[in-house]
Parts: sequence; structure tokens; C-alpha cells
Amino acid sequence: MHLPLSEMYNEPDDRNVLDRMRQGVIGQPLDRPEGALKVSGQATYAAEWRIDGCVEGVLVLAEIAQGQVTAIDRDAALARDGVLAVIADPAMTRRSAQGMAAKAPQQDAAKVEYFGQPVALVVARTFEQARDAAVALRVDYADAAEPVPFDPHAPDVKVEAPSSSKPVEGGDLDQAMRDAAFSVDVEYDTPGHASAAMEPHATIAQWQGDSLILHGSYQMLAYNVKEIADCLGISPDKVRIIAPYVGGGFGSKLGITHEAVAAALAARELGRPVRVVMSRQQVFQTVMRRSETRQRVRLAADAGGRLIGLGHEALVSNLPGEKFAEPVTQATEFLYGGENRLLKVEVARISRLTAGSVRAPGEAVGMQVLEAAMDELAEKIGIDPIELRKRNLPATVPVQGTPYSSRMLTQALEQGAQAFGWSARQDRPCQTRDGDWWVGMGVASAARVNMMVPAQARVTLRADGSALVETDQTDIGTGSYAILGQIAGEMLGLPMARVDVKLGDSALPPGAGSGGSFGAISTGSAVLYACEEIRKRLAKILGCAAEELVLKDGTASHGDAAPRPLRDVLGGEDLTTTGKIKPGKTAKAFSQASYGAFFAEVGVHAFTGEVRVRRMTGVFGFGRVLNAKTARSQCLGGMVWGIGSALTEELAFDTRDGHLVNHDLAEYHVPVHADVPAIEVILLEERDAAASPLQAKGVGELGICGAAGAIANAVYNACGVRVRSFPLTLDKIVPSLPDPFAQTL
Amino acid sequence: MASLPPTAHVNGLPQALPDDPRRTLLDWLRHDLGLTGTKKGCDHGQCGACTVLVDGRRINSCLSLAALHDGDHIETIEGIGQPEALAPLQRAFVTHDGFQCGYCTPGQICSATALMAELKAGWPSAVSADVAARPNPTREELRERMSGNLCRCGAYSNIIAALEEVIANETTETGAPA
Ligand code: FES
Ligand code: FES
Repeated sequence: MHLPLSEMYNEPDDRNVLDRMRQGVIGQPLDRPEGALKVSGQATYAAEWRIDGCVEGVLVLAEIAQGQVTAIDRDAALARDGVLAVIADPAMTRRSAQGMAAKAPQQDAAKVEYFGQPVALVVARTFEQARDAAVALRVDYADAAEPVPFDPHAPDVKVEAPSSSKPVEGGDLDQAMRDAAFSVDVEYDTPGHASAAMEPHATIAQWQGDSLILHGSYQMLAYNVKEIADCLGISPDKVRIIAPYVGGGFGSKLGITHEAVAAALAARELGRPVRVVMSRQQVFQTVMRRSETRQRVRLAADAGGRLIGLGHEALVSNLPGEKFAEPVTQATEFLYGGENRLLKVEVARISRLTAGSVRAPGEAVGMQVLEAAMDELAEKIGIDPIELRKRNLPATVPVQGTPYSSRMLTQALEQGAQAFGWSARQDRPCQTRDGDWWVGMGVASAARVNMMVPAQARVTLRADGSALVETDQTDIGTGSYAILGQIAGEMLGLPMARVDVKLGDSALPPGAGSGGSFGAISTGSAVLYACEEIRKRLAKILGCAAEELVLKDGTASHGDAAPRPLRDVLGGEDLTTTGKIKPGKTAKAFSQASYGAFFAEVGVHAFTGEVRVRRMTGVFGFGRVLNAKTARSQCLGGMVWGIGSALTEELAFDTRDGHLVNHDLAEYHVPVHADVPAIEVILLEERDAAASPLQAKGVGELGICGAAGAIANAVYNACGVRVRSFPLTLDKIVPSLPDPFAQTL
Repeated sequence: MASLPPTAHVNGLPQALPDDPRRTLLDWLRHDLGLTGTKKGCDHGQCGACTVLVDGRRINSCLSLAALHDGDHIETIEGIGQPEALAPLQRAFVTHDGFQCGYCTPGQICSATALMAELKAGWPSAVSADVAARPNPTREELRERMSGNLCRCGAYSNIIAALEEVIANETTETGAPA
């Protein structure tokens, strides 16, 4: 029998508790409760706290790629107006912490490992004084004796099997390729990406005795506290992080980065608060990149269009010794059939800033390539690409045999096709012309693994009949404030105006943090469990069973008893409890993922090769929808990232000296308003009890996982040019364009 | 004759401009005046997060030195509306979920406020078919005119929906095309 409040999630909870509640707020497209603050500029982000006596620090970046700092001309800097300190401390970080590291990243900034690595911090009374002194600071270096290559494809580059993932091997892929009636064997490139969250990384550090308070911009406070403490050699209980509003993260704020430790060290040395805000260029050069990838995809199909073999091998890169390797094949493991398979990631050791999690690590680039290759296979077989996908959904995960918890992929493809008008698509390219534009349509599946991580949340039903939810969970734009309040409101029968949600303070119980699309389901489950416990206590007060208790609009009732205001039932007492959840047996017993489908219509300019996305539809199934408005926004945002990944985004490194050429928003092109057409999002209702007691799965990253593939497939369908190197910029399309004067071919 | 100290009016209040000629309008607003609703996303005129209205026109405040604004009237997001009395555009951003993290949002709203005035004044854009005609607030026009404001959360289509709603309401209220 299922034990509802067990901490480990060992059995699927199919009681669907939320469906039996009466308040009717769960899932509703409610406005974000913090919305009014955000639209009026009253939400306080990291750099914006007014703290008396705070001075300003500016990081100094290395102007070499590899070597050792031999001297820093502190005296000249300290002689400048307003300069208070030049910090170059061995505790300063040279790499960023990976997500959930919970320990210090590589320290000692004097050893330079990549171009632009921070080497010092200049602190002055004003920002302008610090900035100018930082620019003028003279740093001497000795070059590295044995430099690491800059280029992942250099002949002398060291390639390793990552410790973070094992290859998947089954059967004989080479034989399957030989036996196949239809096959593709293609190589695709994807470039590095930047998270480019709109709020640059910032920290204000302040010591009170031997305790450190940080106002900062972080995604996962409980882990970040440990990372900071480890860097400084102090106990984690001496560190408090406050981050109620975070201006986007997308992976770049999962772990701590350079400004946090530098600010803490400077504040300790000066005995006063220090603020360090990274410039946009510093964020690009030093925080975190998504690795570029080179992917080989092999698909072997029988005469009926069924996969008998599937290969997906990727070369990614990172700094020497770094554990993270972009898990490119993560969704390939479970998405399609083909028992003969080889899935493998290798990592080239190069000198570029730390590679780590950028929104949907793995699927973001793995899915777009797999889905483009599937389009190539569908064309070879001569069947509709939707049909190819539907024919290849396995009953259990190939090789492993694990069952699926739930999978709405077929429904997403079918509903999407209907909504989008897929039947109007031409089978062959170059069949539709609109003025100077070739027009085409493409489809791709969406898939992203679902994860639960340990989370806690405290819920208090206050004596006045209102509720307070407290956890260190962050809201980085994801909607945590909204959905955690809705779960509590539903469970405790309260209208949203009577539920307060307090987030983003490490002094509160540790939530999951915002990352890996796991924040909502993990921390939300902790809120659910806390509320169940409160319901039990209320039932006890009322002398009924918890299942009989009806809570609605701030009243409690059971059986035929008249509803009583909670205030009366509570009799002046608060009821408070902390809900806890941890992943358990369900995590391994089921293959859990969120699924969906993307449809894109593009125009390709017949003369210039410019690509414009004309419209997109995304259909997604991710278990229970907790708030239809914020969930839809997550999907929209992901699809916008898909447009960027397909058409414009690319980190460009100079392979001669390792510097990042496009280290700002003028040269690294994130999509702008004009790039984003009307996007339709359809949310499928589903319950996935294996995923969480909310029957919900993650949605924060799903909207990017495959989206760029649909766009690339639409480009091919429009103009017949198959580009196997993302992004699909016009220079790659123009040379292969058909005769622009032909109206159709 | 003693000259008055350099002063700008910010959200209707006179404020002495800073001594340091290097201080940008953005840093002066955020740091000296505590008006942190105006955001710094790039400090290089590339993102629009710092958009404010100077004498009714939108500018990137990171690209302008504060000292140059003697006598100017500056409006920031705090002047456009407060949580308890939101302007129609701010309210529409909330109902259409025209933001996620909220960091680009004040800039988007300041930009959109000026955009509506520009449409009323008949300014054409790069996508206006006829630069002499009154511009129509089509989605294409709105997207073009908002493209200086980046949103990494990707709230673009919701922002345009919010803007369309406010423009439509204004048109019905005044009976005149926006
Ligand atoms: S901060 Fe001014 S445009 Fe980005
Ligand atoms: S709402 Fe986050 S950048 Fe626009």
C-alpha cells in the first residue's frame, strides 16, 4: 500500500489528491502573484539592495589564455582616486561551480586556464573609479609551458570518455546499417551557446562577525551556500543567501561563479559590504558555456520504416578534469526504437571557459540533430515524418527494457498536425512560393527527461485562516511563486489572496532549486506533503478522517456538518509543518520524460537565403499542468530559444588565441521581437503518478528540446537545402539555393 | 550671475545631477536615486533593459551620461505606475504574462509606452509600407518597433499581445486610431 507521506518517492502516487480538492485553483491560468512588483520595477534583484557603506568591485580578466600571473601592480591601482583594494586571493575561483556541486569549484585565479578568466578584483568607492582602475590594472603573466589546444578538432587534442555518462551499446549497429532497407549516416555540428540571462551575475557581500550574508543571483541556494562556504573555508551555517528575484538563469546561475567569492573576500578584507556586478562581456567570457557538439547519427530502418539500428555519437568539450560533458544522447536513449544501437559522448579537453548546463543540457542540441536526421530518413523512405516517428515508439526503453511512465508523443504529433494544418505540407521541397520566399513546413518531436531531486517546504496554516509557504526555492521566471501558492491554496481550500509564498532565502527549508525542470515538481511535492499533514491535523481537530475533510474558501466541513471558518477551527493556533520528498524507486523503475511535438513554417528568401520563421505550434504533455499560464510561458520561451538555436546563436572562439569573439549581445544574437512570430502552444492534460505525487512532470526546458530541428526541417522542405551545421545562417544556405527565378521545381 | 546646479526632473521631482561626469544616466537613476526599476542588462546599448523616457522619447539610459540631462524631464518605470495603481500597459503585461523573470520588463514597458506615442504621432518604421501614411499597429509593426528590447525568457508573443490589447482599448475609448 502506498504511504503518502513517505519521504522517498518509492511508489507511484495515483491517489490524484489534487483532483479531489474543491478550491479549483490548481492548473488555473492565474496571474503571477509577484507580477505587479515586476511590472512596476519594485521587485528587488541582486545588485539593487540598498546596503549602507557598500563599495564597488570590478573584476579584472586575464588577457592571455593559459599561464600564471606573476605580478600585479597594486600600488599604481591603489594610488588612483577612490581605490580601496586590489584583491588577488588564492580562494578566488577560476572556474564556475557546476549545478548541484555543493562544493568549491577550481580555485586559485592566478593560474589562468582560458582567455578572460578573472584574475583580480579592484574595489573602489564608486563604480566608475573601480571600473577605470580595473581597466588600467597592470598584470604580468608567464605563459603556460604545456598549453592545451583551443580547438576541439585540433589534431593534438586529448579526447576522453566522460566520467559522467556511460555509452549505451546493444546488438550490432554496423550489421544493422548493412541490413537496412533505408539508412542515413550523417554528421551535424552545433555551436556553443550562452545562457545570456538578462540580469548579469551580481553579488553584494556583507559580513556580520564571522557570518556572511549574500544578496545574489542564484538558482539553487542550498547548494550555493555550500559552494561559497567551501571556497572560503567556513561552515555552511555561517552563510546566508538572499535571492527573492532572479533575472533569469538558464543554467548559468546553478552554481556559484566568480563575483560571489570575490565579493565575499573583499568584504572581509575591507570590513564593509562590497557589491560586484559582472559586465555583460564578463558574463559571456567567464561564467558558463554550452559546449559545441559534433554529432554522428546513424539510422537503419527496415522496409516498413521501422528502426532496426540507431547510432548517436557526440564529441563535446570542456576544460581538463571537468566532469560535466554535454549529455547529447540523453533523450536518444528512450525516444525511438532500434535494438542495435550505439550511443556515446566523448569530451575533448580544450582551453575555453567552463562548459556546463545551459537550458536543457543534452536534449537542447541532441534532439535538434536527432530530429533533423529523422527527417532525412523519412524522406529516404518516402513516408510522412510524423508517421515515421509514430512507427518507432518502442514499448519499453531499448536495451534497458524499462517501462515508460506516460508518453503523450503520439497525441502531441496528431493534435499538433491538426492544429497546425500539417495536411497542407508538400512532400517535396520547393513546391510553395510566396513572392520572393520559398515556404516550407517541418515537424519534430520534443522530449526531455524528468527528474525529481530532494526538496523541503514549510507550510503554516495561520490562526487567521491564511497560509504561508516557505522554502529557499527560487523563482527565476519559472512561476514558482504562482504554482507553489496554487498547490497550497488547492490543498487547504484557500483563495489565492489568502496564501503567501516566501522564497529565495537560504534560511528557509531547502527546496529543490531551479534547474533541470525539477523545481516545480520537487518543491511542489514537498508543499503537497506539508499540506496533507496539515489536513490530517485539521481532521483530528474536527474528529473526522482526513479523506472526509472538505476545505473550501477558508472553511472546513465534513459529512453533513456545516462549514466552519478555519479561524474558528484553529482556535488561535497556527498549524505548521515541513514537507519533505526525495527521489526513490520510481526514478529507476520508470523511464520518465516530458514529451511534445513542434511544427514550424518558415520562409527562405529565394535570393539571399535569409530564413524567417512564419509561425510555430508546440504541443506538450508533461503530466498535470499546475498553472496553465506560466506553463505556457515556459513552453513559449523554450521555443524562442529553439529559434535562436536554429538560426542565430553561436559562440565564436578564435582558435588562434582562444578568445571569445562575440562576447556581448550585439554579436551573440539572441532572438528579438522581430524574429518571433505568433506561437501557438497546446497543453495536453495528463497525469503521471510515477513522476511525482502531483502527477506532474517538468516543463521548464521541454520547449527547446527539438524545436530547432523542426525549423531546420522546414527550411529543407521550403528550399531543398539541408544544412548540417547550426545555426542555419544565410551563408550556409545561399550556395545551394535553387534557381530563384523558378517559381516551383 | 550664479548658475543653478545642474538638475533634471525625474518622475516630476527635481534631482541634482551627479558630480562625476562618467556617471551614466542609468547608474545615476539606479544608484544615486535608488530607482532600480530601470535595469542594467548590458551597459552597451544592446538590450534595452535600461530604457527610460527623456522628454517623452525612449532612450537607452546606459548610453547617456547623466550630466547631459540638465533641465530634462525623465520618466522611469516607477513614474509610469506603482503596484497599487498600475498603468493599463503594466496591467496588460500581468494578465498576458508578458514577462517571466521580469528583468527586461521595465524596459519593455517604457519602450512600449513611447511606441504608442510614436504611433500616434505618425512615425513610420522600417517595415511601414508607406512612410507618409499613418502607421497601422499591426503585429509586424509592433515587433519591429519593440526589437530593441531583448527578452531572454522569450515572452515576446505575450508582450505583443499585451500591447495589442492596450492599443485596441485606447482606440475604442478615444474613437481615434492609435
Ligand atoms: S543596459 Fe542599456 S541597452 Fe542594455
Ligand atoms: S522576462 Fe526575463 S528577460 Fe524578459
